[in-house]
Formats: sequence, C-alpha cells, structure tokens
Amino acid sequence: MSGQEALFEYLLRLGDNTLILGHRLSEWCGHSPALEEDLALSNVALDLIGQTQLWLNLAGEIEGKGRDADKLAYLRDGRDFRNVLLVEQPNGDFAATMARQFYFDAWHYLLLRELTGSKEARIAEIAAKGLKEVTYHLERSQEWVLRLGDGTEESHRRMQTAIDDLWMYTGEMFESDAVDEAMVRDGIGPDPSSLHEPWLGLMRSTAEEATLTLPQPGWAQRGGKRGIHSEHLGYILADLQFLQRAYPNATW
Amino acid sequence: MTSSLTRPGLEQIRTWLEEVPDPEVPAVSVMDLGIVRDVQWAGDELVVAITPTYSGCPATSVIAFDIEAALRARGLDRLRVERRLSPPWTTDWISEDGRRKLEAYGIAPPAENAGGPSVFDRLLRKPLTIACPRCKSENTSRISEFGSTPCKAQYRCDACLEPFDYFKCI
Repeated sequence: MSGQEALFEYLLRLGDNTLILGHRLSEWCGHSPALEEDLALSNVALDLIGQTQLWLNLAGEIEGKGRDADKLAYLRDGRDFRNVLLVEQPNGDFAATMARQFYFDAWHYLLLRELTGSKEARIAEIAAKGLKEVTYHLERSQEWVLRLGDGTEESHRRMQTAIDDLWMYTGEMFESDAVDEAMVRDGIGPDPSSLHEPWLGLMRSTAEEATLTLPQPGWAQRGGKRGIHSEHLGYILADLQFLQRAYPNATW
Repeated sequence: MTSSLTRPGLEQIRTWLEEVPDPEVPAVSVMDLGIVRDVQWAGDELVVAITPTYSGCPATSVIAFDIEAALRARGLDRLRVERRLSPPWTTDWISEDGRRKLEAYGIAPPAENAGGPSVFDRLLRKPLTIACPRCKSENTSRISEFGSTPCKAQYRCDACLEPFDYFKCI
C-alpha cells in the first residue's frame, strides 16, 4: 500500500465514523425524550456531518478520481465503509445512545487532539476545527452518563446495561493495522494504542463517580476498519443512500 | 470593470460588510461575529475570506451568498468569497460591539475566554455562571447544552423566569 493509498483509507475512516454516527443521531430527530434533547442530538449530528464533509472531501482530493464527499457518502457499498463497529450500533434507549456517544467522544477527542499536530497540514486544520466541537460533545455525554448512572434505580440499571452491551465494540478503536502504521511512520496520525490509557482513565473515573461498574478489557468485536460490518450498516445505508440510488445525481 | 483608480478602499468595504447581518442571529453583523477573516484586493478582484463558526453550520453558504450580494449591490462585480478553516473560529473574535448587541437582543454573550483549560480538567469543574440578558441576575440554570443553533445553549433565569439563549464559548 502506497502512502497515498494509506492516507485515503485513513481519511475514509475518519469521515465514515462521523458520517455513520451523525446519521444514527439524526434518527432521534422528532423522537427524543424531551425537546431540548431532540435539539441537542440533532446539533451533535450536524457537527459530525459537517466534519464528514471536510474529511471526505479531502479523501476524494487525495484519491484524485473526481469523487467528493457526496459521492463517497452516497455511492459506496457497505464493504467500502471504514467506520468502527461502535458507531453503527442501534440507538437503543437513550442510555444506550449516550453510552455509545461517551465511548466515542472520549476517543474522538483524544484522536483529534493528536491530529492537530499532524504533518499533513490539511488534517491538522480539520482536527483543530473539530476538536472544539468534540470537546463540547464529550462534556455533554459524560454528564449524561453521570446523571443516569447516579440517578434513579431504573436509570442506573439502563446505563449499566448500556455500558456493558457496548463495551465489546470499544477495543477496535485502539487496534493498529497497516494503515495506522503508515500514518505513524509518515507523522500523520498517532498509534491508536497510545490513546487507550488516557481513554481508560476517563472511563474509570467517570464510572466510579456514576456508581457504575466498568467492564474488564477483554475480547473485542472488530472488522469495521477493514469493511467487515455488523448487519446494521446495510440498513443505515438503505436509508441514507436511498435518494441517490433511486434518483441518481438528483440535486436541489 | 473596477479599475485601481476607482475601486473602493478596504476600510469602505469593511464598513459595507458591517451592514451584512448574520442570517441566524440578525442582531449582529458578519463583522461583529468575526466570521470575515480577511478582505484583500488580488489585482482587480476582491477576495473576502470567511470562516465557519461550526463545521456543519448551515449558515456558512448563506453568509457567503449574502456578502456577495451586498458587495455586488455596491457596484463590485469582480469578487470571490473564500472559505478558510484555519485558525478555527473562536468566540473571542466576537467584537465588544457584537457582545453588546447580542445581550440587547436577548442572547447572553460568551462568558469566558476560549483558551481555557483542556477538557479533562474542565470535566471536573462546576458549570459557568451565566447572567440573564434581561434582568442581569446570575441565578440561572442550564436547560440544554444546545439551543436553536449549534452555537447556542438554552438557559432559564430563575429570578425573572425568562428563558434565553447563551452564545457558547468555543
């Protein structure tokens, strides 16, 4: 794999993570437990979709085959998506959505913080922009984990179930492969395993304050970064891509 | 065609841009918000650089359009609006005038300097005190981290009971 090919793959991972999670969050629009939460989830989705445009447009530019963010988002099949499995997991109840968000936000924050020092100036720029937004996402999702974990018996039960159920999807975020190694070699991105300790530190202190029991690191479900997805991604794409598939090149 | 002899000065152009309102917060101009990063002549073409407040802010393309329309109405026919990402926008760029206009409009301006501590430190700290833009009481509570746009949060004044938007500090 050439440096350019690895960089293209890496940018797809960054853009697909934000695209798929942004889509998942947008599914809450009109269905949230309270109007304020409806607005908040949609706004987080909007931030993530905005970041997607930046990442995938840059991916298209690096690839050099005339694909832009829209073409990459709407006209690829499931096997070509590079998001981690965590972000495609169903919304479940509000606790599951916020647990997924907290796991992701903490990792996303640590990753973007590293990427602001990337040797690839365009990546550093996008990371600096996104980091401000993601800082806010992280503060919000942590607050919900605390509130529900240290809340009523029912909210505690739901949050504990959520962090248990989603735990096996977190390991993949810290695993390294040939693409990550190429990024480390070229000074573009960090070794994913270097993010694990600070991430775990925040998870532990938050779980303790929230009176939750953090699962033990163990077997991890993996594959998303290579395009091997859970069955959920296909349903997401059927929804997300419907218009462009049914009416190719439709614009407004 | 604008020749270098007749073309308006940059100060004049900036004054015109002071009159272009932000589409989502029309009480302040695109200059007040610090969205316009640069105004330069490149030969006989005017280049206006703007930066988005948030990556996904849908107002950015409307702002570019409004700026172009306002300047064309002033007779500038060769101009280009450029999108610039770096350095990323911060609420520290909102002018003093802009902060006053926000408050008068009922939106509490950003409370603190954006270059604060990192999130892992901030996560341990208590929430900020935000004063009510109507009665100035500091007895307020946050209803939601987000408001009508990504750049705002929702608060309520517990003294005068007025709900209000807070322009978040980033």
